[in-house]
Amino acid sequence: MSTVTSAVRLPQKGSALVFLQRYGVYLAIALLLLFNLFFTPNFMTIDNFRVQFIQVVPVLIVALGMALVIGTEGIDLSVGAVMALSAAVIPLYIGYGPLPAAILAVLAGCLIGLANGTMIALIGVQPIVATLSLMVAGRGIALLVADEQLKSVIDPGFLALGRGTIAGVPYSVLLALVLVGLVAVLVNRTTFGKQLVSIGGSRRAAELAGLPVKRVLITIYILAAALASIAGIIQTARLSASVPSTVGNLIELSAITAVVIGGTPLSGGQVKVLGTVAGALLLQLIAASLIKHNVPDAYSQITQAVIILLAVYLQRGKAVLK
Amino acid sequence: MTDQLSTAAPAPVLEARGVGKTFTGVAALQGVDFTLRAGESLALMGENGAGKSTLIKVLTGVYQPDEGQMFLHGEPASFAKPVDAQHAGISTIYQEVNLVPLMTVAQNIFLGREPRNRFGLIDFRKMQEDARALLATYDIHVDVRRPLRSLALGMQQMVALARAVSIDARVVIMDEPTSSLEAREVETLFRVIGMLRSQGIAIVYVSHRMDEIFAICETVTVLRDGKVVHNGRLADLSRVELVALMLGRSVEKVKRGGVTAFGEVKEGEGEPVLTARDLSRKHQISGIGLDIRPGEVVGLGGLLGSGRSETLKAMAGVMQLDEGSLTVDGKRVRSGSVAAAIKAGVVMLPEDRKAEGIIPNLSIRDNIVLAALPRLSRAGFTSRAKQDAIVDVFMKRLRIKAASPNQVVSELSGGNQQKVMIARWLAMNPKVLLLDEPTRGIDVGAKAEVQALINELADEGLAIVLVSSELEEVVEGSARVVVLRDGSVERELRGSEVTEQHLMAALVGENHSPAEESPAEIKERL
Repeated sequence: MSTVTSAVRLPQKGSALVFLQRYGVYLAIALLLLFNLFFTPNFMTIDNFRVQFIQVVPVLIVALGMALVIGTEGIDLSVGAVMALSAAVIPLYIGYGPLPAAILAVLAGCLIGLANGTMIALIGVQPIVATLSLMVAGRGIALLVADEQLKSVIDPGFLALGRGTIAGVPYSVLLALVLVGLVAVLVNRTTFGKQLVSIGGSRRAAELAGLPVKRVLITIYILAAALASIAGIIQTARLSASVPSTVGNLIELSAITAVVIGGTPLSGGQVKVLGTVAGALLLQLIAASLIKHNVPDAYSQITQAVIILLAVYLQRGKAVLK
Repeated sequence: MTDQLSTAAPAPVLEARGVGKTFTGVAALQGVDFTLRAGESLALMGENGAGKSTLIKVLTGVYQPDEGQMFLHGEPASFAKPVDAQHAGISTIYQEVNLVPLMTVAQNIFLGREPRNRFGLIDFRKMQEDARALLATYDIHVDVRRPLRSLALGMQQMVALARAVSIDARVVIMDEPTSSLEAREVETLFRVIGMLRSQGIAIVYVSHRMDEIFAICETVTVLRDGKVVHNGRLADLSRVELVALMLGRSVEKVKRGGVTAFGEVKEGEGEPVLTARDLSRKHQISGIGLDIRPGEVVGLGGLLGSGRSETLKAMAGVMQLDEGSLTVDGKRVRSGSVAAAIKAGVVMLPEDRKAEGIIPNLSIRDNIVLAALPRLSRAGFTSRAKQDAIVDVFMKRLRIKAASPNQVVSELSGGNQQKVMIARWLAMNPKVLLLDEPTRGIDVGAKAEVQALINELADEGLAIVLVSSELEEVVEGSARVVVLRDGSVERELRGSEVTEQHLMAALVGENHSPAEESPAEIKERL
């Protein structure tokens, strides 16, 4: 964190500022690890990292979708509700086996994404308003689906998603890695990815260039919902229970934070996939470090807020530099 | 001319002396003198960027002048913010009514100064009675309890006007008040303006519609490039003279000629590639027909607000049409779909390059291939090799100056950005290229290059429609010119008729052909 303060002190050093904007999040991770190496016992161990990675997976997957949405100059507040809905659907269909249940859970989540996308792209509702309404309504629907009850899930195949490992690496972490790879390819190597950042860069210009703006926007919100649904499934598997009333609560805030400190500007036009991964990891490591030092959770939240402010300040600095 | 006026005219209400305003080094207004007298209706004229809106904003306290002084009733005055100007009796009516749409008519009229009863609460009954009485003085009868938005736009404007006047306005500034009004509503507006003038209220009227200006304005101030180029009685000017003043044309400049880089132009031959019939959209264009042949540049002439940009937008699928048809190579093109227009081979270079053209955060490469991307991809995956091949061709051919194709497009000069835009469309192999102000805001060198390129593309068989507010660009760049006025085709100029004089006469809708006058007469008037 000391590097960030030095940047604040020396704002005239343009190159330092640019460096921090681009690599600040990685630097912060490195420094945090260094700190823990010396001051936190049992932190730099494989077991600890396995735990940290398992814990970061839901936020990370949700943040991937959030990065896509933010890249189009949008925002998705309904991701927590989508997680709740997918969690609520799992116990209803787990009798058909884990895969059919998971597919149905993702499809249910995608419906919320479709509703978001339709309102935003076709009707022209502001993303924050549209997704706020589904943040509220979505969780309500999830509770209706679940009959407002916590249900335990005991299908061993399904629970393996939460607990199983390959060569010591948890399934959920592997799945997250695959999703990171897919999203990175989508953003950097496909027509769709270019169209996405073009819309975020200038929606009007994208429309006048004949891009299928509405279709891309709807698809983006569906993708964000699909990713959130997967996060909901993983969370359910980890808890061995579907808890639609609390799963994914406030996760939209963590996801947005991860995206922003990862270097994706809220004004759209860019998607930093690797940065988003690093952002999610940084949040997780900060929380873990504070816990290991018995700092109350409240401080962890305050720290998050400070980091958001610093990240946004750095982005603003970028605009000034231009 | 102004001196003659002042002897007979009443005292000035609002004056500006030597007013200047500079934005980041660019002078928007320079040494502007402006006088408005009680009961006067003054037309404020000028083309895009002449400084009209800046002057209005200075007069209404939105901007503070960097130099010069304003006088209100002969006393020095300055307005730190819009409210100050309003308190001083200066009201503005915009084309967009800026009142509260959900509140009632009465509430809007008395917003911020509601009558109170003895408990300090709003006295609704008195408010409604007063509102009704106020509107009745202008012969406007409307239920004042209705929410403002339920009224027709013209009526909303009347309410805004009544509100302005009831706040004891001495000056009412109207910025394009009629742009979305029906003919009948315009009549009502003019009637109200007449009443206001008889009460000694001064009107500043801004409009692109010549008919309106000449119908209701008494005097005129013409701005060009931030300076006042003319002050005087409107009756002393012909329409052509007024337009000449706005555009800064002089006989000498016209005679010199050859100021653009266009080479020889010729009319296209054979069947038209694009046929537009009866293109119409309420308040914007009506019944526009065009035929464009391969290999020709057709100029679309017209003043601001004549419908020239709207016509291009209609053909490019950017604007939904109420009526009319567009066919390309005999095939009907669906209206209101950019994708359909592009597929048919009709592409448009938008007027506002920064907001509607480039994607600022993307590289030159990404900007060039943006529209062609699906064609340069396999199964949705982009192919860098295919992109580079096409980007390389166009960067060389259009001489785009940049460090590399990876450079972010917003770092380029305006001229190079424009070339990137042209490259984006050429990569689509279009049949018809619609150019809206292709050389606006780019430096002289790039301008010549773009003009030469337009020539070259036409020679290669592309059909081009050119819109430009620079007369010489239209005249020298086009084989023929279709002149629009008030949203319809006024005239078509061909061959030897394609001259600045003919074009100017057509722009203002003067029926007689200047050719019937002796050249000396024309020079006289310009």
